[in-house]
Amino acid sequence: MAEQTIKVGVYCAGDDEITNALDMAAIEKAAVKEAKAALFKLHPHISSPEGVELIKADIAEQELNRIVVLDRSERVHPGLFDFGPAVLVDQVPFRDLAVWMHPPKDEDSQMFAEDQVRMAVEKMKHIAPPEASENPVEKTVMVVGGGVAGMRAALGTARSGVKTVLVEKEDHLGGWGATFTKTFPTRPPYDKLADTTVAKLIEEVQAEQNIELRLQHKVTKISGEPGAFQVNLKNGGTPDSELTVGSIVQATGWRPYNPKRLTHLGWGAKNVVTNIAFEKMLQEGTVARPSDSKAPESIAFIQCAGSRDKDHLPYCSGVCCRASLKHAMQIREAYPDTKVYILYKDIRSPGQYELFYQAAQDDPGIFLTKGEVVGVEEQGGGALKIDLDETLLGEKITVNADMLVLATGMVPSTRVEDGIFEGDGEEDLADAPVEGAEGDDGATADGKKMASGAETGAKILNLSYRQGTDLPTLKYGFPDSHFICFPYETRRTAIYAAGTVRAPMDMAQAAMDANGAALKAVQALEMTAQGETLHPRSRDLSYPEFFLQRCTQCKRCTEDCPFGALDEDEKGTPKPNIARCRRCGTCMGACPERIVSFKNYSVAMGNNMIKGIEVPDEDEEKPRIVAFVCENDALPALESAAKRKLQMSPWVRIVPVRCLGSVNTIWITNCLDAGMDGILLLGCRHGDDYQCHFVKGSELAEYRMDNVQEKLKQMMLEMERVKIESIAIDEWDRAIEVINEYAEEIEEMGPNPFKEF
Amino acid sequence: MSPELAAEGTRTVDLLVVGGGIAGLTTAIEASEAGLQVALIEQEPTLGGRVARFHHYFPKLCPPACGLEINFRRLRDNERVNVHTLATVNKVEGEAGDYTVSVTVKPRYVKPDAGDYSTWAESCPVEMDDPANYGLSKRKALYYPAENAFPASWAVDERAVKDPAFIEWAKGCPDDGLDLEMAEETLTYKAKSIALATGWVPYDATKLDLLGYGNDPDIVTNVQFERLSAPNGPTGGKLTTPSGKEVKSVAFVQCAGSRDRDHLPFCSGVCCTASLKQASYVREKLPDAAIHMFYIDVRTPGRLEDFYQERQEDAAITLHRGKVAKVERNGALKVTAENTLTGSLETVEVDLVVLATGMQPAAALVKPVAEVELDENGFIVQTDEATGVYGVGTAVRPAAVAETLQDATGAAMKALQMARRS
Repeated sequence: MAEQTIKVGVYCAGDDEITNALDMAAIEKAAVKEAKAALFKLHPHISSPEGVELIKADIAEQELNRIVVLDRSERVHPGLFDFGPAVLVDQVPFRDLAVWMHPPKDEDSQMFAEDQVRMAVEKMKHIAPPEASENPVEKTVMVVGGGVAGMRAALGTARSGVKTVLVEKEDHLGGWGATFTKTFPTRPPYDKLADTTVAKLIEEVQAEQNIELRLQHKVTKISGEPGAFQVNLKNGGTPDSELTVGSIVQATGWRPYNPKRLTHLGWGAKNVVTNIAFEKMLQEGTVARPSDSKAPESIAFIQCAGSRDKDHLPYCSGVCCRASLKHAMQIREAYPDTKVYILYKDIRSPGQYELFYQAAQDDPGIFLTKGEVVGVEEQGGGALKIDLDETLLGEKITVNADMLVLATGMVPSTRVEDGIFEGDGEEDLADAPVEGAEGDDGATADGKKMASGAETGAKILNLSYRQGTDLPTLKYGFPDSHFICFPYETRRTAIYAAGTVRAPMDMAQAAMDANGAALKAVQALEMTAQGETLHPRSRDLSYPEFFLQRCTQCKRCTEDCPFGALDEDEKGTPKPNIARCRRCGTCMGACPERIVSFKNYSVAMGNNMIKGIEVPDEDEEKPRIVAFVCENDALPALESAAKRKLQMSPWVRIVPVRCLGSVNTIWITNCLDAGMDGILLLGCRHGDDYQCHFVKGSELAEYRMDNVQEKLKQMMLEMERVKIESIAIDEWDRAIEVINEYAEEIEEMGPNPFKEF
Repeated sequence: MSPELAAEGTRTVDLLVVGGGIAGLTTAIEASEAGLQVALIEQEPTLGGRVARFHHYFPKLCPPACGLEINFRRLRDNERVNVHTLATVNKVEGEAGDYTVSVTVKPRYVKPDAGDYSTWAESCPVEMDDPANYGLSKRKALYYPAENAFPASWAVDERAVKDPAFIEWAKGCPDDGLDLEMAEETLTYKAKSIALATGWVPYDATKLDLLGYGNDPDIVTNVQFERLSAPNGPTGGKLTTPSGKEVKSVAFVQCAGSRDRDHLPFCSGVCCTASLKQASYVREKLPDAAIHMFYIDVRTPGRLEDFYQERQEDAAITLHRGKVAKVERNGALKVTAENTLTGSLETVEVDLVVLATGMQPAAALVKPVAEVELDENGFIVQTDEATGVYGVGTAVRPAAVAETLQDATGAAMKALQMARRS
């Protein structure tokens, strides 16, 4: 839409609270005379059906296509002002920010309000309605991994009518689950072992018409984007087969921790086996000591063998306690005279599994001993002597057993580093070469930590993404991101992890988890087909457009995108994949040439909002500070502050942003050029416990602001003229403290020396 | 949210979700974004459920409102979800793929376009117990249901509408936004699937005779402690004992009524990490306070082990292995624990005792509206199949938020299968 056709109508709540606080004639002047809105109207009850009717009539008569409502935000009145896709509406929290947070009938409050109105109109003049991108969508889901999680995910998508390709590297389905004889109780009264349902799952998968099985296949390449991923599959020595899928579930499971590193727990002695090997004995029907093939009279289990241990796996695999309880029950059933010792730190049997633990406790032949294992010694005849310390009795005790089982934990298949092994423990991958690590070594040319975070060399999905071959991981090789509120979110759009690759879990939980991942995979197809983005800006149609003629191939955008949406051609020009994009604007913030913009969010929009702020002369001693605030968290925190009538410094002007990652440094420069005295960025916490909804946005903003501060220093300006702080949604007190303290700091610092230019 | 909320007649949806806590909210949103029409039925005046009353989540120590805000944003302009607050299901008939659900919507007594009453409500003469603060404080009869309420609308406590003092005061409403004559409504939905996300209630600590709850104000439950720590709680986040004393020492009593055949025989799975989290609140707000935690086993599965390790290394936090046998007032609060294996007794004196009570499924107290199999503790027995009625989250098992949301998203999958089947 060309700029001259834009007509902005400004509608302000005109009740006593507002009209008694502010000079409304001056507000109207700011909107119409200064910012060139087409009209300004006051209505005593604008946020009501009556107000909506008034605006509707004006839209029809005066051909308005941009509406600014000065009352409260859309958080308070959602969906009220909907005039169709061609009319953009901005509900400005005017009452909150301009009236509640400032004293009434005050010159500075009035200036705040007028600036807010001008900024709102300027914003509207420089944005346009978003148009959906057109994404071809192949309504097929690919599930990688044919274990419990993969099969359950495939059944989920297939039974909702979506064609599903299930890829498994082995020649059979079932994964680890197929090797288990029994499982933990799944039904009340939760005190008896249950048969596994893996065989039934396999049958169901084989019978399901919507599932195409690809056994003995590996993924060798995935390119493209949601809706149209191009996948290469390899089957042994035959040429790659190619297919197109719309979304992907990665259910590639786990491996047992490598027992070769557990020599301190007796590994290497003849009669020491892992819980995996023990499970195999049960499956084969005979429990026998490896040294003499005799049935052991006593068996000890060491829990947390390599788990909850900083030198090995620091985390808890969650299922090993129950696995050993299960093994104990199975031994006691088959060999009633055999004694079982379980040597543990804490027994972890959450939920209804506690009843299962109680059942084991009730068996007089199962001895549960809490303590730290300090030594394991092989005795003559192959028996094991196990010494424990820090027991409940506060003394050292010794347990002797004919056989020892090490309850080892689970390593996600995505983790590549020393200490993992594959299969039966014979093949040690500790020194496996890391392939394809180029470009994803965690650092970029300028030394900045890169956004990708992908584990190097996992090479399971083999994404041909600029940021690496696999899902970025969070910790210990588990690929996920917002694991509390949004457990399925990964940083590769429309690729979802499910089951034990995502976190240690048992079969029941893996099946449950897979149902959820299946839903996300279908949802990704549906939303992508509508041109909608996925979480967290779900259903947003706007997308970044790149004016590539001006691109200098600096690669900042392709490095910074938290979601790996941008690939590069050989020269380094970004190749956007819009369906991968989550619309945070981090690329827009990254670009030094300002060639990235959304229809309804752009560098120009921000620049013009800054122009809408009137900067008083230096001798008026009224500093101006622009605060760019995250609209998800910091802005609602300010609304909470406003509700409490906390008073904000009158020097500060608020510019909401999608994410601090979208703040382009030109906004900062323009602020300084326009004579602003300080610039404040309020966004979300980053680091290990990050809260940024776009994972890396606030972190990248901090990095960029460091650079800006360096430049300020070179220009002999105070570095503190730019400041970044993290504000959580519940930190309304702190938000005001931070703002007001900063305003004082700026006041003390004195005016921006560029003000007079 | 659909503007058609008040439309008459029977509405048809693919999925009706009972319960607007984090489980039901997620089920509804995820299903709607996969293309389903959804009705979300919540009995309170706001969505958000119990998590909205937590100060922080573990292990990130971040406010639940942060994720809720994203979810509310996904709901605000979402025409596929009809949200009904102050609503309960009173009858379900029919079968998988074709349920008829009768929903009663209680009056809010505040019109949808009413203004903000923050200032006016301060003058309200009628106050009542604030259930959102678990009895720790009173609220005005005209109240805002939560810090980040959805819908963002005031409500009148139904206990006040017949109170003459309230009626008289309400006449002074600045914008005519109250309507004390507002009537209850009944709606009928046709739904292909029903998700029961009816959640949990904290186990009734007054049943734990020897732990002193109810006899002494400074013995609180873990959910109350969340409110005492939250910036929007009764103390504005300032940590004092309910009787007003300075807190120099705190004891967390794990398994208060849990893993106990006389109370809740199961383990709630989250209370260990919750108490470790609450220990962090104390560390942050009162760096000199001593913290004691009495436990049987510390259960911090997966990566939560890191969270436990960090706190184990903190000298201000003392972990005692033992089941607390008694809490009594003797000057200070005296907590006596028995080491379950050695039989030896250990006593500490503290200013504040936090009972880590477990999660009892709501269905243990109120029969589910739809026909489902319950275990003897009131949890819904679950399958992975699209059977028509699905338990979700803590209605099925005690669970932390992440696990609850796996289940919620999975329930949406089952609803999708059912919708596309019929």
